[in-house]
Amino acid sequence: MIAFVLRRLASAVPTLFIVVTISFFLMRFAPGGPFNLERPLPPATMENLVRTYQLDQPLWRQYATYVSNAVTGDFGPSYVYKDNSVAELIGKGLPYSMELGFYALLLALIGGVAMGTVAALRQNSALDFGIMSLATVGTTVPNFVVGPVLTLIFAIILSWLPAGGWGDGSLRFLILPMIALALPQLAVFARLTRGSMIEALHADHIRTVKAYGLPARVVVVTHAMRGAMLPVVSYLAPCAAALLTGSAVVETIFTIPGVGRYFVLGAINRDYTLVMGTVILIAIFVIVFNLLVDILYGLLDPRVRHD
Amino acid sequence: MAETNETILAIRELKVNFTTPDGTVNAVKGIDLDVKAGETLAVVGESGSGKSQTMMGIMGLLAGNGAVTGSAKYRGKELIGLPPAELNKVRGAKVTMIFQEPMTSLDPLYPIGRQIAEPIVHHRGGSYKEARKRVLELLELVGIPEPARRIDSYPHELSGGQRQRVMIAMALANDPDILIADEPTTALDVTIQAQILKLLRSLQERFGMAIVLITHDLGIVRHFAERVAVMRRGEVVEQGTTADIFERPTSDYTKMLLAAEPHGRKAPPADTAPIILEGRDVVVDYRIGGGLFSGGASKFRAVDRVTVRLREGQTIGIVGESGSGKSTLGRALLRLVHAEGRYRFGSTDISGFDRSRMRPLRKAMQLVFQDPYGSLSPRQTVGEIITEGLLVHEPELGKAERDRRAIAALSEVGLDPEARNRYPHEFSGGQRQRIAIARAMILKPKVVILDEPTSALDRSVQGQVIELLRNLQMSHRLSYVFISHDLSVVKAMSDYVVVMKDGRIVEEGETDSIFEAPANAYTKSLIGAAFNI
Repeated sequence: MIAFVLRRLASAVPTLFIVVTISFFLMRFAPGGPFNLERPLPPATMENLVRTYQLDQPLWRQYATYVSNAVTGDFGPSYVYKDNSVAELIGKGLPYSMELGFYALLLALIGGVAMGTVAALRQNSALDFGIMSLATVGTTVPNFVVGPVLTLIFAIILSWLPAGGWGDGSLRFLILPMIALALPQLAVFARLTRGSMIEALHADHIRTVKAYGLPARVVVVTHAMRGAMLPVVSYLAPCAAALLTGSAVVETIFTIPGVGRYFVLGAINRDYTLVMGTVILIAIFVIVFNLLVDILYGLLDPRVRHD
Repeated sequence: MAETNETILAIRELKVNFTTPDGTVNAVKGIDLDVKAGETLAVVGESGSGKSQTMMGIMGLLAGNGAVTGSAKYRGKELIGLPPAELNKVRGAKVTMIFQEPMTSLDPLYPIGRQIAEPIVHHRGGSYKEARKRVLELLELVGIPEPARRIDSYPHELSGGQRQRVMIAMALANDPDILIADEPTTALDVTIQAQILKLLRSLQERFGMAIVLITHDLGIVRHFAERVAVMRRGEVVEQGTTADIFERPTSDYTKMLLAAEPHGRKAPPADTAPIILEGRDVVVDYRIGGGLFSGGASKFRAVDRVTVRLREGQTIGIVGESGSGKSTLGRALLRLVHAEGRYRFGSTDISGFDRSRMRPLRKAMQLVFQDPYGSLSPRQTVGEIITEGLLVHEPELGKAERDRRAIAALSEVGLDPEARNRYPHEFSGGQRQRIAIARAMILKPKVVILDEPTSALDRSVQGQVIELLRNLQMSHRLSYVFISHDLSVVKAMSDYVVVMKDGRIVEEGETDSIFEAPANAYTKSLIGAAFNI
């Protein structure tokens, strides 16, 4: 088990390296730069800036400098938020994004699995069709529509909840962004669960436990659900990585000071170091959650245990 | 046996209907059956006869679109229409079941000990810790070696035979009155089959429960059951004592079933017949595991220095249990897997031939598979399926000529030429196997490897397919390699028999000498298991 984890962590190093390399060069080949503003800077200032940030060096040297600094944990200064380093920006924003993402993940997972299970147990009933239609809505309506609609209803018309901001960090502020963030994922979990649950309920070993007179609760929860959770668990890794690293749309709509915005803002402003920082952050989350999910999978399914 | 005349399960006017998009299917059409305390009743029938659905109906295990009506009384208690909570007091405690599929009937995610304990804890109360002692006893009873270690094993760590033993342990856990065994040995190798049946019988002698054996295999019934009910198309066509059914069958269907046991033989080829296909010192190794980050791979030797010489017009039967390497050997002879050894086809040495050099020869070397459901593409018409080989091997043929050949091939295997415009799912298992045979025959091959071609078929259909294969062999001077675990079929087909175990030949010889006077202990146990259960 420990050997498995170590091996996986070791294989993460080349993965990260490849991700960093590809994004570094992609970013540089995009036209424009961090100091190409709408109103051009005076040539002297421009020259100064370029020299300060070493953008006049050959590309391979900039790349080498970036990689060697990144290895020591120095992800450079942000080109646009000039008073902050990338590490500071991410360090400040990440706790907000992670807290919001964590609640959204819980909501999506619990809500989706519950809805999918109910739909599977009542396959082809009105309830099933209702839940699945809702899931379709969840996947098709984008969160830049869901967000404002939620705000309009619950914050403006009903005045039950604040329209945005983090406030004192209490749950009241989190409910609306959490729903907007969770909804599409909840729909995916509901679909996945329904499909694998229907399959699990038709398995031969389910017939066995029924034949042995075990109550429906044991049949469904102990036997069918555990097997049906395997595909759901597989999806958990990319989903958790996506939710915990923040969403530009939701964080912008609800004015939450997370890191989700940085990826989009960084890309638009050609803030090279900020984009690189967020890319590395997301890559690390994906790698770590894939590892966690593989371990969890092994705990659920003895056939793929890593020993 | 603890047989009394008390009827403990009385089935009256039992009907099972399935609602399908094409209308209602009457799977069981109002049957009467009695099960007496301590007896063994065999319910015999071919697939679709309703034999399994009868029991599934009583046990409340029908698929969602199934409905059961009529009456089934267990010791006076009506089971049909009982609410699930009430039915759950009977099933798993007084009436238990084992199933055909030992590989999938256990939950892959829980240790076997826990799965056996589940019905004990549920029906008798108590904790899993207390049940553990009883589980150990049961595992010992059903002959699982090292029960104390095995109790925490997962199903995938056990063989098929062991899993079926685990199912039997589960069935015995609550001292049942009736054990329903639904094709309990069909998915198992012959020697394992015999062991499982012996186990069931000795357990019955000890504990006195009645056994309802659902099977298509008359061979098992003769030696195992006291009474037999023969089912066909949802009806019981005949019932009586085993001796009566076998000696004095009254219904035509029973007579036909009994006659369907394959018999007869073909004449062996002359000793001077030339050798058409030869594999000398065939060795096939498989790599297991291995990957970029997971260390080295290990080797598994599937076929170990085997030599086979097939004469023109000859049938060599290759017999063995699962894992013996018989199918791999068949593929190696056709150069379909990477294998070492020397190979000859007719007068050509094909040892070093790669794919492209083999291709022109493939026309003459065909293969028919076991699974008539999986081996035909569901999205092609039968005509497209059987003429596909012609497109590769005789590309000069026009559409009309291909169609003419398809008609000829289909009528040769006894199918209506109209079949070529239809899709595989419209045909029964036996018809599909005929289609697969037509696909091989259309190319006018010299050698056909038949890999368990009858194993997925009902007995009566098996007989017809064997007849067909023998006739084709005679009219086209074909040579067969006939791979099977079913000895009665091998006996009816082959001139020469090769017995394989663990990748090696343990014995080979003329069919008669192998079956009449086997020399090897393993061959003896195989034959004993198949013919004297």
